[in-house]
Amino acid sequence: MKIMVTVKQVPDTSGKVAVNPDGTLNRASMQTIINPDDMNAVEAALAMKDELGCKVVAFTMGPPPAEGMLRELMAMGVDEGVLVTAREFGGSDTYATSQILAAAIDTYGVEADDIILAGRQAIDGDTAQVGPQIAEKLHLPQVSYAGEIKKDGNTLTIKRMLEDGYMTIKVSAPCVITCVKELNTPRYMNIRGILDAYQKPMTVMTYETLKDHALIDKNMIGLEGSPTNILTSFTPPQKGVGVMLDGDGKETTDKLAGILAGKHII
Amino acid sequence: MDFNLSREHLLVRKMMAEFTENEVKPIAAETDRTCQYPRENIEKLFNLGVMGMCVPREYGGAGADPLASAIAIEELSKQCASTGDIVATHNGLCCDPILTHGTEEQKAKYLPMLTTGHKVGAFALTEPNAGSDASKGQTEARLEGDHYVMNGSKVFITNGYVADVFVVFAMTDKTKGTKGISAFIVESSFPGFSVGKHEDKMGLHGSPTAEIVFQDCIVPKENLLGREGKGFSIAMQTLDGGRIGIAAQALGIAEGALAEAINYTKGRAQFGKPISKFQNTQFVLADMEMGCEAGRLLTYQAAMMKQQGQRYTKAAAMAKLFCSEHAMQTTTKALQMFGGYGYTKDYPMERMMRDAKITEIYEGTSEVQRIVISANMGL
Amino acid sequence: MAFNSADTAAFKNVWVFCEQRQGVMMPTTFELISEGRKLADELGVELCGILLGDNVDGIAKELGGYGADKVYVYNSPLLKEFTTDAYTKVIVEAVEELKPEVLVFGASNIGRDLAPRCAARLHTGLCADCTHLDIDMPNYKDFLKEVSTLPEERIEKLGTVLINREPHSVERDLKMTRPAFGGHLMASIICPRFRPAMATVRPGVMKKREYDVTKAEAVEILHPAFELSAADIKTEVVEVVKVAKKMVDLIGADFIVSVGRGISKDVEKGIALAEELAEVLGGVVGSSRACVDAGWITADHQVGQTGKTVHPKVYIALGISGAIQHKAGMQDSECIIAVNKNETAPIFEGADYGIVGDLFKVVPELIESIKAVKAAK
Repeated sequence: MKIMVTVKQVPDTSGKVAVNPDGTLNRASMQTIINPDDMNAVEAALAMKDELGCKVVAFTMGPPPAEGMLRELMAMGVDEGVLVTAREFGGSDTYATSQILAAAIDTYGVEADDIILAGRQAIDGDTAQVGPQIAEKLHLPQVSYAGEIKKDGNTLTIKRMLEDGYMTIKVSAPCVITCVKELNTPRYMNIRGILDAYQKPMTVMTYETLKDHALIDKNMIGLEGSPTNILTSFTPPQKGVGVMLDGDGKETTDKLAGILAGKHII
Repeated sequence: MDFNLSREHLLVRKMMAEFTENEVKPIAAETDRTCQYPRENIEKLFNLGVMGMCVPREYGGAGADPLASAIAIEELSKQCASTGDIVATHNGLCCDPILTHGTEEQKAKYLPMLTTGHKVGAFALTEPNAGSDASKGQTEARLEGDHYVMNGSKVFITNGYVADVFVVFAMTDKTKGTKGISAFIVESSFPGFSVGKHEDKMGLHGSPTAEIVFQDCIVPKENLLGREGKGFSIAMQTLDGGRIGIAAQALGIAEGALAEAINYTKGRAQFGKPISKFQNTQFVLADMEMGCEAGRLLTYQAAMMKQQGQRYTKAAAMAKLFCSEHAMQTTTKALQMFGGYGYTKDYPMERMMRDAKITEIYEGTSEVQRIVISANMGL
Repeated sequence: MAFNSADTAAFKNVWVFCEQRQGVMMPTTFELISEGRKLADELGVELCGILLGDNVDGIAKELGGYGADKVYVYNSPLLKEFTTDAYTKVIVEAVEELKPEVLVFGASNIGRDLAPRCAARLHTGLCADCTHLDIDMPNYKDFLKEVSTLPEERIEKLGTVLINREPHSVERDLKMTRPAFGGHLMASIICPRFRPAMATVRPGVMKKREYDVTKAEAVEILHPAFELSAADIKTEVVEVVKVAKKMVDLIGADFIVSVGRGISKDVEKGIALAEELAEVLGGVVGSSRACVDAGWITADHQVGQTGKTVHPKVYIALGISGAIQHKAGMQDSECIIAVNKNETAPIFEGADYGIVGDLFKVVPELIESIKAVKAAK
């Protein structure tokens, strides 16, 4: 048994974001982080490893520096990394990305008792699509929005979060599970893990590695193969500064209440 | 010549920065206010392999180098100098002398306790009448058959009332001055060991400082660390290494204060613009930044020299002296930038300033550091 | 003939996946039907709902009242509870048979599970969590002029794009606009080469139409044949639990009083003050993500990029710094009032009224002032 986790390096959208004069995002100005939901998936995998002693392999698609992120995961306890990287894969939308990652996972090998974990969604695109689409491409059952995972033999019992409650779902491995932040609190790297991280196995899968896989159709990967295209992108305008009321006393709040009443808002 | 940190050191910094932001920062003010030992965080630091990180793997440690330990202490001290102090003492003043001077049996017994066993370590040299001058120590250990009987007391002992394992210095031959000092490994559970007064300090409130008392304390003969009479040399060697830890702690305090000052001055507007835009502010911040960079280089250099087995006594003393004085200056000037707010407990500046002061005093005062440096200048 | 998603000319009509839970239509469905009506009219085609469940004919007619021409209903005990496998199979086979050109889902936890799986099987593109949909180019351009900082001449030039070096007219494409990078950037996505163009739409964003009784009576309800067996379903739903506590209805609220990190000094009191102010106004309490992450308040209160998108009449932000992620969820409120100790807090940019002060001081005063004004009326 092994656990495969898909992870993505993303710009930290919670920090300051710079915009280029042409309205596009200045990505160079942004810090990159490991996508938060993916950290919950990694933690779920490592918790299972702690309990069952299974191997954990992290997969990512991205430019070569994404290796650094995989090393960080190894410093947390992940055993192996697979970096899927090629110019041909650049510009892929979620459909194309899931085809490539599914091909990489399949090339690595999915066994009957394996589990594939992913974060619910990445904070750059917020699509939540890659997990389910990997499942579809691998013909595996999926459970998304996992807020709790229990494993009993080959059966997983998952609390699948809904807006107004939850569903309890049973599924057998192999399967794909996408994880939400309620699932757990990701662990930190640890000192031993850090010192071992760069000694752990790292596999690089390029276009050459995957090109003969049935899922890698050159017409369905990369920028040109992606079914969706960006028509235009823009930054929303900032609303102007409103009225700053002087002071913080009762006369100020009286004035505000008066304005609201005057406008028939209250 | 390469001034870049290795990728592993960079990961240690990142890990410790994340830990500090999420676990240490939120409780730092409360820890200071209530004088509570941050027990949960120290447990977590054991779990993460930070406590005793330089101990080799065969004894339960991670096998990290002194630079990694310095970086960890630096990051912790950016938000909480007390936590940095606890780690610095445990790693530098307890694990390190046992590893360096202990017998195979001592290492096999105590180092796993101090790592995977989650037992906290301490170092006991200072006495009421023997601070900078250790030769005037009154604590005595007398060999009686298969054990020593220890009598006396030690003051200002960091981790004093939480530690289980102490490296203690006592006179085995009072006639020989410093040559009569021997080092021992003493467990808090030994008969005749007790904790005395908890110190009520100006700062570093989360660091548990206490007097420890030996009253006919029975210390097994095999707990003599090194040979009899080698205690002073062990103490001085240990303090050389410990000073790297205090340099890192002081550096962290200065960096933390600088970051707070930058954040505050960018947000605080007076006379129509953020005060960070005034050249007066900028010049002070520039000096702070420069000092931090210099302190980092001195501290990391001393750590690298220790790792490489070079003689680093002077380098460690310079790092400790420079960083502690820089921390005091930086916190004082940063507090000034906060104006009245800096003087209140709503902001961390007054705590940082109180915490910074001790770094000029302990593990050798600034005056002692100057003695050490000048003694190594062939004057 | 085998289904071919690239044969775009073979596709027609706008479909809305009508999500129901326990036989009750999700409110978002009506928003989507209302929006779908606009798209269908612009394309000159029919608007169809696709409704899956067990014995759900009774809730199909209502869809007509919001604009659906037809509702395809698929009843089966195997469709009673949502399963990815069963719903995907039925929807994909229906799409392969009936070939809609547009297929939209609510971006609920179910829609966002189901839509990507369907898109992957249909071999077509999907755009997640859209906040604006357009077909008609003049309308789309007006929208861009209103909400973007793009120069007008660039907007006017939109119409033909190069798709893999071939010119392609976007006139009949669904323009799916959505925030990305935490709201820092907006992007309009198209799916030019494949059909159906698929989107999930953020709940609470699209406006519901007036209910039209005659249209409800006129809606055509169809029951196409379909195949589904227990063997098709690889997951087992053991139970569905509704959380008993009252859910906070942020989306429908006229007044929202939200709290942020500024309540940290006394969390209980901060929340109590917000509740009192909300009660005086007849509103509800929201929060920033910081408070949810700190465990001070439950996630159903959260407003923002990862929480709910709201547009109340009045939004009062107490001790919220105003990160862009938060603003993304409340900037379309009719009136924004910010109270913050820090005069440079970004929340004041975009606020209609700002008070620099400690919320623990200002809120009790504001409660008194509003009570007085209300009493005077």
